[in-house]
Amino acid sequence: MTPEDIPTLPRGVRLHFDRVREAWVLLAPERAITLDATGHAILSEVDGARSFGEITQTLAERYNTPPEQIATDSAGFLDALRARRFLDVRP
Amino acid sequence: MSTVRPPIAMLAEVTHRCPLACPYCSNPLELTRQERELDTATWADIFRQAADLGVLQLHLSGGEPASRRDLVELVAAAREAGLYVNLITSGIGLTERRLRELDAAGLDHVQLSLQGTDPATADEIGGYRGGFARKMQVAGWVAEVGFPLTLNAVLHRRNLHQLPRAIDMALEMGARRMEVATVQFHGWAIENRAALMPTLDQAREATRIVAEARARLKGRLVIDYVPADYHEDLPKRCMGGWGTTGLNITPEGLVLPCHAAQTIPHLTFDRVTERPLREIWYDGAAFNAYRGTEWMQEPCQSCDRREVDFGGCRCQAMALVGDAAATDPVCGKSPHHARIRAQAVDYAADVEAPLVYRRMPEREGVE
Repeated sequence: MTPEDIPTLPRGVRLHFDRVREAWVLLAPERAITLDATGHAILSEVDGARSFGEITQTLAERYNTPPEQIATDSAGFLDALRARRFLDVRP
Repeated sequence: MSTVRPPIAMLAEVTHRCPLACPYCSNPLELTRQERELDTATWADIFRQAADLGVLQLHLSGGEPASRRDLVELVAAAREAGLYVNLITSGIGLTERRLRELDAAGLDHVQLSLQGTDPATADEIGGYRGGFARKMQVAGWVAEVGFPLTLNAVLHRRNLHQLPRAIDMALEMGARRMEVATVQFHGWAIENRAALMPTLDQAREATRIVAEARARLKGRLVIDYVPADYHEDLPKRCMGGWGTTGLNITPEGLVLPCHAAQTIPHLTFDRVTERPLREIWYDGAAFNAYRGTEWMQEPCQSCDRREVDFGGCRCQAMALVGDAAATDPVCGKSPHHARIRAQAVDYAADVEAPLVYRRMPEREGVE
């Protein structure tokens, strides 16, 4: 994902707090994906308006981490979500 | 035995009524009549219990769930309980207005079944004239409302040649996901093995077409594929492992580890109106019958795949070998494997075999 890409959660894909397992999950058609802290932090910021660059910048400031680090750490996870159509991207 | 974890998915078969009569229906041969179905309030209570137990995904199925007049209320109750709600439907019984009501009630996702890619094939398989035309109309409304859609193409010897067209239809309908499901032989499909068994060539061709389409449509359409079972050498990890991932509720409230579990005669099933769902999941005799690996025989017991596929499908072992604890004979290590493969070839060559349609039992007390 490039910094200019605008990620969006398509309809039918939503964040959910699993109170039984005490973890955040991403609910999607026929799938429930357990999220780690980074995954949850990024997806919580996805609003269909801000670019991936803006999101990593926001998180970088909040967690005092370089934005490139956040982008690198989450690349595989976000690509996997895109491949399953759980995350769409607008250029 | 390893620790039992909470279930993730629940299949609620809210009715066995269905306008279609598909000869591969996974419902049991003994269908439940309307007067024995659970009412709205009982289902709402089950949904709450399921969410408390850890279920995240609810699949509303049947029969045709749209045959329930209270479908919108059921969806609302399930969302209220915190579940992700998927409607598994043929489309028959849904109107544009009803879809808008389901939208307002919070329905998350629609899975639409496809019996064939043209009216003649689809209506013959479904045993319902006009069904295909109606389904196309419903697909249009689903897209208009904006529901995420999975197209579920059920394939067998009579329609496997239509797979490329079915994939195109999924794209035309705007589906993000497709299931290419070769018929699994449970329920009514067992009665129709000779009429529906794919040839080995068809099974291989389907695998090739799916691989090609997955590569071509990457990032656009996700294809989940269920290959022709009897022509394989490795059994399926049925239900993700017995009593590990999912559970099934029948229209009258029996709680099953899988939809075909009632074909295993020595199992007894708890009723959700008589025992809490949590107890049934953790302590129910049927759920504990085939959990873990202790129940296994050879060649499963010493097999290095025993926790990969758990010996395959218990109901299939029951149906084909007469022992639910036996190795699923689809497995190449089963002593019955060669017989099953030969049988599959024989079934596939039976071009005269008629379709046996699913039908409800006669009304009690009436001839």
